[in-house]
Amino acid sequence: MVLKAFFPTCCASADSGLLVGRWVPEQSSAVVLAVVHFPFIPIQVKELLAQVQQASQVGVTVLGTWCHRRQEPEESLGHFLEGLGAIFSHKPWFQLCRERGSKSWSCKATHWQGPTSHAASGEDQVMLIFYDQRKVLLSQLHPPAVLPDRQAGDTTASAGGLAAVFDTVARSEALFQSDRFDEGPVRLSHWQSEGVEASILVELAKWAAGPVCLLLACLLSLVSAASACRVFKLWPLSFIWSKLSTCEQLRHRLEQLTLIFSTRKAKNPAQLMRKDLIGQLADALIPVADHVAEELQHLLQWLMGAPAGLKMNRALDQVLGRFFLYHIHLWISYIHLMSPFIERILWHVGLSACLGLTVALSILSDIIALLTFHIYCFYVYGARLYCLKIHGLSSLWRLFRGKKWNVLRQRVDSCSYDLDQLFIGTLLFTILVFLLPTTALYYLVFTLLRLLVVTVQGLIHLLVDLINSLPLYSLGLRLCRPYRLAAGVKFRVLEHETGRPLRLLMQINPLPYSRVVHTYRLPTCGCHPKHSWGSLCRKLFFGELIYPWRQRGDKQD
Amino acid sequence: MEDEQSFSDICGGRLALQRRCYSPSCLEFCLSCPRITLRSLTAVTCTVWLAAYGLFTLCENSMILSAAIFITLLGLLGYLHFVKIDHETLLIIDSLGIQMTSSYASGKESTTFIEMGEVKDVVINEAIYMQKVIYYLCILLKDPVEPHGISQVVPLFQSAKPRLDCLIEVYRSCQDILAHQKATSTSP
Repeated sequence: MVLKAFFPTCCASADSGLLVGRWVPEQSSAVVLAVVHFPFIPIQVKELLAQVQQASQVGVTVLGTWCHRRQEPEESLGHFLEGLGAIFSHKPWFQLCRERGSKSWSCKATHWQGPTSHAASGEDQVMLIFYDQRKVLLSQLHPPAVLPDRQAGDTTASAGGLAAVFDTVARSEALFQSDRFDEGPVRLSHWQSEGVEASILVELAKWAAGPVCLLLACLLSLVSAASACRVFKLWPLSFIWSKLSTCEQLRHRLEQLTLIFSTRKAKNPAQLMRKDLIGQLADALIPVADHVAEELQHLLQWLMGAPAGLKMNRALDQVLGRFFLYHIHLWISYIHLMSPFIERILWHVGLSACLGLTVALSILSDIIALLTFHIYCFYVYGARLYCLKIHGLSSLWRLFRGKKWNVLRQRVDSCSYDLDQLFIGTLLFTILVFLLPTTALYYLVFTLLRLLVVTVQGLIHLLVDLINSLPLYSLGLRLCRPYRLAAGVKFRVLEHETGRPLRLLMQINPLPYSRVVHTYRLPTCGCHPKHSWGSLCRKLFFGELIYPWRQRGDKQD
Repeated sequence: MEDEQSFSDICGGRLALQRRCYSPSCLEFCLSCPRITLRSLTAVTCTVWLAAYGLFTLCENSMILSAAIFITLLGLLGYLHFVKIDHETLLIIDSLGIQMTSSYASGKESTTFIEMGEVKDVVINEAIYMQKVIYYLCILLKDPVEPHGISQVVPLFQSAKPRLDCLIEVYRSCQDILAHQKATSTSP
């Protein structure tokens, strides 16, 4: 039977001593955690191991001996090491040996029969697997599929295979607290002996982070208390704020900031708006608004003529066209009135963009909504007109056939009308039918424009959602410390000589980026369209107003 | 102990199978795929550049030619790094698991390791691939819920696609190790 011994690479150059670790009988593998150096008192070693076992719930025991031979082989050391097997009895007893200056290792695992027979009856083959203890300690294994029937309260490390190794190393922090350079009764060698020093600046920053976080948390709580006060809940302000996506984003950002200074989470650093950019943007806005209005005017002139060769009803056409043109004229004068103040307003609004790219995108979305407000108005007028016409038409069509809508029974019933009712009804029906193409055309044009604006806003919202839900910290961790997020392990066979045990190097296989994003995706704002395509088409046909982007918790129209 | 044999893949290209036996319980198979030929590379580059030159004569914009050069370079780098697999390795370690490594032409390696506890069996399966019926070697994984069920089928040597004679070689060695592993795992 082949036994597996997981040996930390940091102990490969340690002096001779005892191997301390955990034996997993189900996988017949031994996980070596540290090496105890000479001289030691067996009672103290046993006490230390009992303490560690109590603190970490991991069955840490003495597994065997480790011999790092110098130039002159020491016979007495060999016998001494064998005698240790009698003091710390463990089945199987490992004897690892390495010749100094060469790469040849030898390892034996014996089943101790008793003090009478020293013959190793039942020597098994051992496979040595080297692992980087610090990386395995810090890494988190992501199994490909989560077992649904894992029992809750399963505290002991009984997971299969390699997960057991990772678990053992991660839980044995208590063992790694004392080192061979410390003045304790027992001298251990493990990954701490490699001497990973931290920089002084990092330590100072860590000490300073506490009070700074406290101060910022106080400021943020003041801001959120101010924004939650009753004044802002009054009707006009709360209605405006629920419509502006910027406010939603600011609220989200405030929540994130309060979270940042208590736990570690990713933040979008962006300082996009500078003074000259604001000026350029403000200068560009007015001509853009003018251009949009001019295009709309051309469109209306086209509709008032003979659009696409269709013949419109001249009177209705002129009325509607002039009505909308007057609207545009009002809008343009309003924009020109506001133009001196635009730059100032934009600068103050742009300050809040230092809270991130998503806030800037939300501001852009709101600017688009404000600039195309007249398109929204036209859409509402056209849709209401069309809706009224359709309802009128359906009701008069029923009258034409001699039927009526029964509101009580919610169905169509037959009804006998008087002659004059029928006469007027039929007249009105024919009028509405002949005016239908004109109204339908205006409705169609303005609905298409509105849908275009909604699509652009929707794309911006999607982008904002994407940026919000991107786990930047996890991605940065995957980039800089790939061993922290492990998808699994990979093995490499080291130099092999016949007669020597097989040596493998176990390295951590990092998680691919797609799985990192998928596993650690942050929860989004959740602005999803509430309609399916079928209901959307139905609403468009009947002229009902569509509000595709609803925030959570909004009332229906 | 190293061994090299030459086989062919399903399209007729030449494959080289290298077999390394580190110990009775550890075996490695390395299958190298046919390399990218100068002929195909020249053909693709000429096509792209002729198309770009045709567009250039239409539009009279020299940016198209520079763009074509960039596209060719980036496309070649992307192909070598993400698509073209140089060799595939299968490492079987008794009582530990099976590891598959794909090495790309740019040197990138992508590794998957399956623990022995999850492996039910290694079999040769038939499949319909485009207009052919091919054989492929695959690992069957155990279902944690149902003891006799199979939760997943993991195909091996997907880009090399060797023929049946090569697969039989690999299959025999795998079955030796798996049988040995099953025998020792049942004994106390």
